[in-house]
Amino acid sequence: MAKMTMIEAIREAHDVAMEADERVVVYGEDVGYFGGVFRCTAGLQAKYGTSRCFDAPINEAGIVGTAIGMAAYGLKPVIEIQFADYVYPAYDQIVSEAARLRHRSNGDFTCPIVIRMPTGGGIFGGQTHSQSPEALFTHVSGLKVAMPSNPRDAKGLLLASIADPDPVIFLEPKRLYNGPFDGHHENPLVSWKNHPLGEVPDGDDIVPLGKAAIRREGADVTVLAYGTMVYVAQAAAEETGIDAEVLDLRTLMPLDLDAITSSVKKTGRCVIVHEATRTSGFGAELMSLVQESCFYHLEAPIIRVTGWDTPYPHAQEWEYFPGPARVGEALKKVMED
Amino acid sequence: MTEDTNPLSLNVPEPGCRPGDTPDFSDFEIPQAGAVPRPPVDADPDSIRDMAFSIVRVLNKEGAAVGDWAGALSVDELRQGLRHMLTLRTYDARMLTAQRQGKTSFYMQHLGEEAVSCAFARAMRPGDMNFPTYRQAGLLIARDYPMVTMMNQIFSNAEDPLHGRQLPIMYSSQEHGFFSISGNLGTQFVQSVGWAMASAISGDTKIAAGWIGDGSTAESDFHAAMVFASTYKAPVVLNIVNNQWAISTFQGIARGGVGTFAARGHGFGIASIRVDGNDYLAVHAVAKWACERARLGLGPTLIEHVTYRAGGHSTSDDPSAYRSRREAAAWPLGDPIERLKQHLIVLGEWSEDRHLQAEAEVLDEVKTAQKTAEAVGTLASGKQPSPRDMFEGVYETMPPHLIRQRQEAGF
Ligand SMILES: Cc1ncc(C[n+]2csc(CCOP(=O)(O)OP(=O)(O)O)c2C)c(N)n1
Ligand SMILES: [Mg+2]
Repeated sequence: MAKMTMIEAIREAHDVAMEADERVVVYGEDVGYFGGVFRCTAGLQAKYGTSRCFDAPINEAGIVGTAIGMAAYGLKPVIEIQFADYVYPAYDQIVSEAARLRHRSNGDFTCPIVIRMPTGGGIFGGQTHSQSPEALFTHVSGLKVAMPSNPRDAKGLLLASIADPDPVIFLEPKRLYNGPFDGHHENPLVSWKNHPLGEVPDGDDIVPLGKAAIRREGADVTVLAYGTMVYVAQAAAEETGIDAEVLDLRTLMPLDLDAITSSVKKTGRCVIVHEATRTSGFGAELMSLVQESCFYHLEAPIIRVTGWDTPYPHAQEWEYFPGPARVGEALKKVMED
Repeated sequence: MTEDTNPLSLNVPEPGCRPGDTPDFSDFEIPQAGAVPRPPVDADPDSIRDMAFSIVRVLNKEGAAVGDWAGALSVDELRQGLRHMLTLRTYDARMLTAQRQGKTSFYMQHLGEEAVSCAFARAMRPGDMNFPTYRQAGLLIARDYPMVTMMNQIFSNAEDPLHGRQLPIMYSSQEHGFFSISGNLGTQFVQSVGWAMASAISGDTKIAAGWIGDGSTAESDFHAAMVFASTYKAPVVLNIVNNQWAISTFQGIARGGVGTFAARGHGFGIASIRVDGNDYLAVHAVAKWACERARLGLGPTLIEHVTYRAGGHSTSDDPSAYRSRREAAAWPLGDPIERLKQHLIVLGEWSEDRHLQAEAEVLDEVKTAQKTAEAVGTLASGKQPSPRDMFEGVYETMPPHLIRQRQEAGF
């Protein structure tokens, strides 16, 4: 066990995987010598050489396209898109190619690649450094989608993603890189040092894809969250005094529907929180699933708290970000109904 | 093992100089000022292929303007150019400091690259359109865009014309021929071609200019721009600003095996020229040549501005982690402001004293503008845009779901 930031945990997952398996190669913009603009790959080029960790030209379609080709050869590329907001040029390669290769070739070719990307807001990044595009990937059959909320999961889920035989979109909530963040931007920064989930096991322990975790037990309402919103939801529960159970989904595809239904059946109420825009967001899928599987247990309509259906603004960051006040209101409302 | 079965290995280009190394630009071939002749504007792209491998330069070491490309600007215009560059540099320095003081979240400076956008702007006409990146604010400054308005955008205050929606430095001004800046690299390059095509479709006389960084030429949009510009002979000037770095990545990663970025134009049959980006006179002369060519319907020109990013990539960047601290000083094309200043002194039209005085005046102007902008507000305090503004302008008419969301938000 060692105390780590999420950045260090991600770096260590790369290191463990590269050490164990020569087929793992790591590249992306500024990923090689410099070690990534968030430093998630720092030191890897020095340790493993320029053939296994290198800088890519600024061409996201090329980064993903070459990864697919490498996977077809038999390598296991772990690639970085500098910000999730810059993944769109690669969307065709991801959706039409990576996601479908196994199916269309009947397993003749497969695509075990991991596409990492920093996600989400809270850093005054404006509309091109803040987006949460998870629903654009969960909508595509053939992709897996993970989003860790702490250093321990970041390492374990990344190792599981690298080991996985299919393409995984690995979304890293950048606001959590250096510490948990509950939306109280007026407070001083908190580090991972004193957080239990900042303790990261040594070695190659994985956190399996498809398993949610209960971050706060509660009896009255289930909050479904992932990434930064896990901490926002916990803060909202503490501040409202509502006995909420906070579920950290950790993987959106495959989804831990068992954990969701057993919690909602227990509490009878459900609030869904995500930072992404609302319409056709992943919350809509969660809401459908909860409705389909827990309808007779529900005591109130399910509520979503999300980013607004606007581009992520710069100056109005905290009016956009679904903070603890908004989540708290939803908790109160769902308890009143 | 026979010769044809030797193991392969991956070629990963490396810069000549990393932290701790001694900067060495001895491989960088710099022709004498005046050495590259000025072809007629209707030159066949094929007949000027060598211009993609040379560098158009006007100012020599002594500060004299020499060769075919000299003589296009009057002394007043040169002094004005110097003033624009000084203004941009001073503006940058003040905004960098303002960012460190927490008055805004982010800033990107032009240090060392001021000549490129300031000189280019003077070759365009009102009504023409630039599709810039985040490092061409000289296009605004040299076209007298109000500095207070620029600062309002930087501070995301209540008078920011973009209502705080955009990251600082992502200006937009149709009126000043400055297309709204996107954070997504390369997208604007092909859009500039579309704007130029539209001018041709409409029988107009306006031209467009696209802008892209060395690193971003790797994006597919760069290649899309080239093929559309080439096929339709669009009236567009396509500018690559090769400042040697793309954050931590040296230009060799985007350039690959080709000798220069300008040479990329050859495969598309586009007239392609390299120019000394730190030479105000050379940038202006080449820009004028290319703009004239576009205006005459002779097709696109690709210009590679050879320059150096002397500062960090942005306020989030510390370049000492990936390049030598001494590299900027070793850059062989010098500093654009110093060089134009020397030239004016050589002409007998400027002096150290006048320069000091100009610097003081510019600083005064920038400070005055900053006072005005800060009196409105900054990202940290004062009058800020309304949260309502975030819901406005997503569509021309706000659809019902957004009205509901705005009400839910309490604005
Ligand atoms: C599509 C896209 N990918 C990645 C980025 C992140 N990014 C911002 S600037 C930059 C480097 C650009 O370098 P260059 O084109 O040389 O321009 P310069 O900053 O040197 O002016 C990168 C990779 C982005 N903004 N957009
Ligand atoms: Mg560059």
